[in-house]
Amino acid sequence: MAKVKGDIVVDIEKCKGCELCAQACPQDALELSRQVNSKGYLYIVKIEDNCTGCTNCSLVCPEGVIKVYRKTVDNKEHIATISDVKGDIKVTVAS
Amino acid sequence: MNEKRLITGDPADVLTDEAQIDAMIARESICNNENLIYERPETLTDAIFHYCPGCGHGVTHRLIAEVINELDIQSETIGIAPVGCAVFAYHYFNIDMTEAAHGRATAVATGIKRLLPDKYVFSYQGDGDLAAIGTGETIHTCNRGENILIVFVNNGIYGMTGGQMAPTTLIGMKSTTSPYGRDAATMGYPLRITEMIATLPATYYVTRQAVNTPANVRKAKKAFQKAFEYQKQKKGTCFIEIVSNCPSNWKMTPLQSNKWLEENMLTFYKLGDIKAPGKESAE
Ligand code: SF4
Ligand code: SF4
Ligand code: SF4
Repeated sequence: MAKVKGDIVVDIEKCKGCELCAQACPQDALELSRQVNSKGYLYIVKIEDNCTGCTNCSLVCPEGVIKVYRKTVDNKEHIATISDVKGDIKVTVAS
Repeated sequence: MNEKRLITGDPADVLTDEAQIDAMIARESICNNENLIYERPETLTDAIFHYCPGCGHGVTHRLIAEVINELDIQSETIGIAPVGCAVFAYHYFNIDMTEAAHGRATAVATGIKRLLPDKYVFSYQGDGDLAAIGTGETIHTCNRGENILIVFVNNGIYGMTGGQMAPTTLIGMKSTTSPYGRDAATMGYPLRITEMIATLPATYYVTRQAVNTPANVRKAKKAFQKAFEYQKQKKGTCFIEIVSNCPSNWKMTPLQSNKWLEENMLTFYKLGDIKAPGKESAE
């Protein structure tokens, strides 16, 4: 089954920590940082890996600093589930 | 500490660095240009907006810039910045822009459009600029039906000068010059200038939008798309009001201000098209 996977990249130097994106995110994937950027603002970080790439956060961002990526991934291509393994694991992904 | 366990559930399998590497791999697999679906448009410069955190001006700028970008009219669009919080708008739009004296943006836009009728011309103004000092220019520009777009950002207060009462301040709303709340008996009523403008025969498309939620942002963007399209077809004045917030002078956090906007501003300033092709005007 195909699955939609999203991701965002925030330009944290331009983020002002208004949290409008966090409120708009249906996945509750965003939260304020504990540190400040060089302008002294708390910035937004992604705390969950469940982004669907819905673009809600970037739509409401007053600073226009959120890039959104979305991809429909085939489960077959998905990295295998790791179970019953001890020791080092190396995972490579063909691009 | 940020720890991640493998699915075995064995406490010995706690990963720290590896988990981060995994996350990085997963990230790299999708964050490339091929999958990019939303980013800051090229028609905005890289400058950091001077607006306060959470201010609706930023979203409004971005929407206009996105539409200019999508229509591929970056080199054919001229904007006019106001006096008010958006006074530095020309630093942020990566297009030709000029600054107008307080309230006179639509008059300057008229001049530019008449000399360069093939350019797309828009003015960007706040409530103090457009609905107070510039009322005369605004009304007459619309009455002449100049073929421009007027963008009116209404947050019900004078932002740049420190939160004085504006013509659009709501009844009972506190500002530095109405510290006990706006009282209609002495201060008059909030001005719905957008409805007034819709009664003028020469205006073509008059609408009121907001940018407080993702759904409203999408609708507002459609309004900008239509307005630029109508300008291309030389239909007459398009007027888009954006009901916006002013967290700083409303003395709220951005989240509180958007909630207040929803509950107070939007009940008085109702969203939607006031005059649009195919729709009866408010006359
Ligand atoms: S794109 Fe959607 S799901 Fe992903 S972080 Fe933004 S709002 Fe949340
Ligand atoms: S909406 Fe934009 S500026 Fe506000 S916290 Fe989110 S990323 Fe930062
Ligand atoms: S004073 Fe108000 S309108 Fe001006 S930038 Fe700040 S929040 Fe925005």
